[in-house]
Amino acid sequence: MAFAAFGGGAPAKDNSTKRKGGPIVLALILPGLIYLGLFFMTPLVSLLVTALESPDPSGAIGAYFYDLNFGNFATVLTDYMPQILRSFGYAFAATVFALAISYPLAYFIGVKLRTSPLIQRLMLTLVIAPFFISFLLRTIAWKQLLSDDSGFVSLLHSLHILAPSQFFLGSDAAVIFGLTYNFIPFMTLPLFTNLERLDTRLLEAASDLYASPNKVFRKVTLPLSMPGIISGTLLTFIPIAGDYVNASRDFLGSSKTSMIGTMVEADFLQNWNYPSASALSVLLMGLILVMVTVYVRRSGTEDLL
Amino acid sequence: MRKFSLGKLALPVYSVLALVFLLTPIAYTILFSFNDSTRSNTVWEGFTLRHWAQVCNRQDVCDAVTNSIVIGIISTIFATILGTALAIALVRYSFRARSLVSLSLFLPMATPEVVLGAGLAGLFFNAGVGAGMVTIIIAHVMFCLSFVVVTVKARVQTLDPTLEEAGADLYANPRQVFRKITLPLLMPGIISAALLSFALSFDDFIITYFNSGSVSTFPKYIYVAAARGVPAEANVIASAVFILAIVIVLATQIRGAIKRAKLAKS
Repeated sequence: MAFAAFGGGAPAKDNSTKRKGGPIVLALILPGLIYLGLFFMTPLVSLLVTALESPDPSGAIGAYFYDLNFGNFATVLTDYMPQILRSFGYAFAATVFALAISYPLAYFIGVKLRTSPLIQRLMLTLVIAPFFISFLLRTIAWKQLLSDDSGFVSLLHSLHILAPSQFFLGSDAAVIFGLTYNFIPFMTLPLFTNLERLDTRLLEAASDLYASPNKVFRKVTLPLSMPGIISGTLLTFIPIAGDYVNASRDFLGSSKTSMIGTMVEADFLQNWNYPSASALSVLLMGLILVMVTVYVRRSGTEDLL
Repeated sequence: MRKFSLGKLALPVYSVLALVFLLTPIAYTILFSFNDSTRSNTVWEGFTLRHWAQVCNRQDVCDAVTNSIVIGIISTIFATILGTALAIALVRYSFRARSLVSLSLFLPMATPEVVLGAGLAGLFFNAGVGAGMVTIIIAHVMFCLSFVVVTVKARVQTLDPTLEEAGADLYANPRQVFRKITLPLLMPGIISAALLSFALSFDDFIITYFNSGSVSTFPKYIYVAAARGVPAEANVIASAVFILAIVIVLATQIRGAIKRAKLAKS
């Protein structure tokens, strides 16, 4: 099952030690389950219902009635196609970049630094350090470091990567940069957890059997670290697809980088167009669930995790 | 030989560069908490301790942080209690609704924040509940819960059930077994879960923004202020929280290292 990808699935192995629970189990799970039912499941159902509403005949702003109006989905799909494509395009690019940056880092900390546990712990602390300081402030720091009069932009100008009239902030590249930066730790941590347990004797065995270092990596290390890659890519791709802070014009984006989240926020909080915001949210959630299921099936490790 | 050693250096150098990349904006944020700026904190204007000495001169920043701390503590207490119970049930007992429980714990983690935020806001709106502190706390407990369960579950799995059986054999009633054996053994896991939960709550922006009404939290304050420039006082608070958190983490790790060294000696 797809949800096992997060380690949330139930391992069936240690059933021998499990007790049959009666009222105790009920007392343990009911409060949490009821809570999630009320404040996670009900809101999702409420989104689905609101997504099918039509404007109130009175014409009052923000007033709607339930109408089984599937037209909202069609409207949202045509009106917000650029944002939908951008959200998933950004999420794909940023996930690939985050993986490229995180994998060597996680390999170094998890495998190469095993012999020096203190340095290993220290570097791991530095990887999670960004969690301790507001991601909004870190993104604003990048905004100022990469601003139009920064050394970075003049470098791009002098190298003719950017035309003199072009700047970095507000571009697709800037948003992907910010998304990549903000989600690297979410990629590095699951990769580290996996690579930390990598049995290096298997690598030695492969090279003893005359596999080139390249081949050892492709045939042994990479397949063994697949579960880490899958959790890492899911933990980055999903939140990135729903993010809109990096793409906001007050952060790294512009009006040309709006994402699905931007439109949900605008429709919900500014335009009071609840059916449109709800239809877009339901669409985002549905697309993500489909992609995650296909991805986890494709990588064929659904039971390994 | 030379080429060989260069190849060996590539990975450490790459890793250090990646860490520098991760830490650059943190250093920038801390540095600009000392910037002698008056309104927008974008250009370096000289060193000052003024913002550190009088953080609460910006009343709005301090109010937002106070709200964030209150929300963080209350949400953490609820999420930790509900989550610990679920984690114990999932590891220790077999029951039929198990896959339903696992699924309803996984889904909130796989749902984008904007969907959770809009969904809850719609629910509160339809129910006629005004957005404020209470709705923020309800939202935070919801998304922290799954992370608490994952963290505590890992600890419950390492727990040796024979210790509890020994307690029961020595005539401890189930309540005593739980209070004197299970709970103390689970404490490290519960504490990490609570810290994680507080960190998630304190830094949450998107879900909070949809459910906060007129209440300000620290991330919401920064988001709103970003349009006209964030004051240095916000950098002071973020830097102080960061330094405190890093000190706690490092202290725990050094204590752990000393403990392991002692164990290895004896």
